[in-house]
Amino acid sequence: MSQSTATPAPVTEAHPVVAAANPRLRWVLLAGGLVAALALPWFVYPPVAMDIVAMALFAIALDILLGYTGLLSFGHAAFWGSSAYVTGLIATNYGVPFPVAIIGGALFAMILALPAGYLSVRRSGIYFAMVTLAFAQMVYFVGYQWSGLTGGENGLQGVPRHFFGVELVETDSFYFYYAALPILLLGMWAAWRIVHSPFGRVLVSIRDNTQRARALGYEVDKYKVVAFVLSAGLTGLAGGVFAINHGFVALTELHWSTSGEVVLMTVLGGIGTLWGGVLGATLAVLLADYLASSGFDGIDLVTGSVFVLVVLLFRRGLWGTVRHQWLAWQQRRSSRRTRSGGGTRR
Amino acid sequence: MNALLQYAVQGLAAGSFYALAALGLAIIFGVLGVVNFAHGAFYMLGAVTAAVLLDTLNLTLWWSLLVVPVLMFAFGVVVERLFVQWLLRLDPLYNFLLTFGLTLVLVELVKQKYGVSGLPYTPPEALQGRVELAGVVLPRYQLFVFLFSVAICVLVWLVMTRTRVGMIVRASTEKPELARALGINVGRWVTPVFGFGVAIAGLAGVLSAPFRAITADMGNNFAIILFAVVVIGGLGSIVGAVVAGFLVGLVEAFGQAYAPTFAQVLIFVLMALVILVRPAGLFGRKEATA
Repeated sequence: MSQSTATPAPVTEAHPVVAAANPRLRWVLLAGGLVAALALPWFVYPPVAMDIVAMALFAIALDILLGYTGLLSFGHAAFWGSSAYVTGLIATNYGVPFPVAIIGGALFAMILALPAGYLSVRRSGIYFAMVTLAFAQMVYFVGYQWSGLTGGENGLQGVPRHFFGVELVETDSFYFYYAALPILLLGMWAAWRIVHSPFGRVLVSIRDNTQRARALGYEVDKYKVVAFVLSAGLTGLAGGVFAINHGFVALTELHWSTSGEVVLMTVLGGIGTLWGGVLGATLAVLLADYLASSGFDGIDLVTGSVFVLVVLLFRRGLWGTVRHQWLAWQQRRSSRRTRSGGGTRR
Repeated sequence: MNALLQYAVQGLAAGSFYALAALGLAIIFGVLGVVNFAHGAFYMLGAVTAAVLLDTLNLTLWWSLLVVPVLMFAFGVVVERLFVQWLLRLDPLYNFLLTFGLTLVLVELVKQKYGVSGLPYTPPEALQGRVELAGVVLPRYQLFVFLFSVAICVLVWLVMTRTRVGMIVRASTEKPELARALGINVGRWVTPVFGFGVAIAGLAGVLSAPFRAITADMGNNFAIILFAVVVIGGLGSIVGAVVAGFLVGLVEAFGQAYAPTFAQVLIFVLMALVILVRPAGLFGRKEATA
């Protein structure tokens, strides 16, 4: 590679995957997160609450690639948007319960991700970002041109919400939230299982030292493709819920600005921390909602500025910073303890 | 035959914008290791500046071709000093994200100031109308764009191969450590090179002003096609960027003529094919892993 600057540091600073190494803390966090997810529609307008959780899964899915495999996909809108369209089409045309439609959308996203991933992983680093971006733009154009199916610039309208014999109309958003929440939570659980599995460990090893992983006999490209497809599938789940939640799919969902938005959420929350995605998505959705309701029409101005500031000053992200401080504090505490405990280390 | 030649000229004119802008992108990447997402926004700013200069100061295209690159160079230097330089030592992804954020801000600012409808632009009279060449009638402006950008590319090539400055830039691009070991201050060239890349993107914007609708969004899709261009040409290669730029322009023009539905998709299909057959790009050398 031609670079005049010093050897680039990896995207994420080396950190343990199992962050706190404190099982009790993890259960407290999980319980807190679950309570927050259950209580959310009481405090936030339910469709917005649904967007928060869907975007959170989107950011988590992206983080499997960005944080745990070291691949920045700048084309995840392709999977988010195409799943939204396929979910919407299935729900509209076949009258199936919406979870079935969402699973269809997610499967479609995975099928789409297979060739895209196969091509993209042939390049890594910054090239990977560019190739995924270009690939997503191609999907965008297909969606734009195939207006017979997607509705083109008008979008796909009137997506129904069948739920096993019940029709959840627009005023039932509160109930819809609880009907759809398990899908998203399952997706998050799957993401957690993926990054903490032996497979996830291999991904981290690829991130930290690709050559060594290859030397150890791992077929790096295959692992990357599988991670890509899994990430796309989880993205598809989130996109499908998003489509049903709005009853409408717009071309924006396929646009590169959506890809950028989810990268921002992940980076803002903290790369390589699943909780960071949740935090970043929550803040981004709430901010967008607040700006829209206050009649401010330059949201990109805010998004772009936040991007610049976070990248310049705050690369660990919110959750990453908290965790870093926490780990540092724990280390200080334990080293103090060993010293006062009679000097076991000489 | 007649139609074929017309499409070819149209493609080469459209390719000129890609070639020039990709040239800037490739040089910036070579010396700074930065993939500048904001390249499309700088291209847009070039066109908008030309339109504003015509509107307020009545500066014609000829003047804009001279003035706008200078202004854009200064703007590029400011951007590099204020933002880009702080991330040069980190993973290139950070500058990619930074310039993405800058793009959002710049596009939105232009949108707020000049609205979403296109700004008007008329080229000087000498470049209007058509000209007959060997029995084929061709738009004068497209021919001018093609010849002008080829001239610029040749000029850049001469500077890169025949002058001391060009030698230093090439050395910094190809073997930065060795260049440093030989006592060349690579860091000194970082800011001017970024400014130059931005200036040349702005120049492409000026050239496209009479040709395209001048809107805040005009650079968005342009930037992504540029990425496809440099992936096809091989990101490290300056020649590759120029050749791939014209190639993509031709693919686009012929695509629009014969399969308008797939014209935009064709470019990305071409990119996918290149990645399959020659992952490093047509003119790129194979890199180790990254």
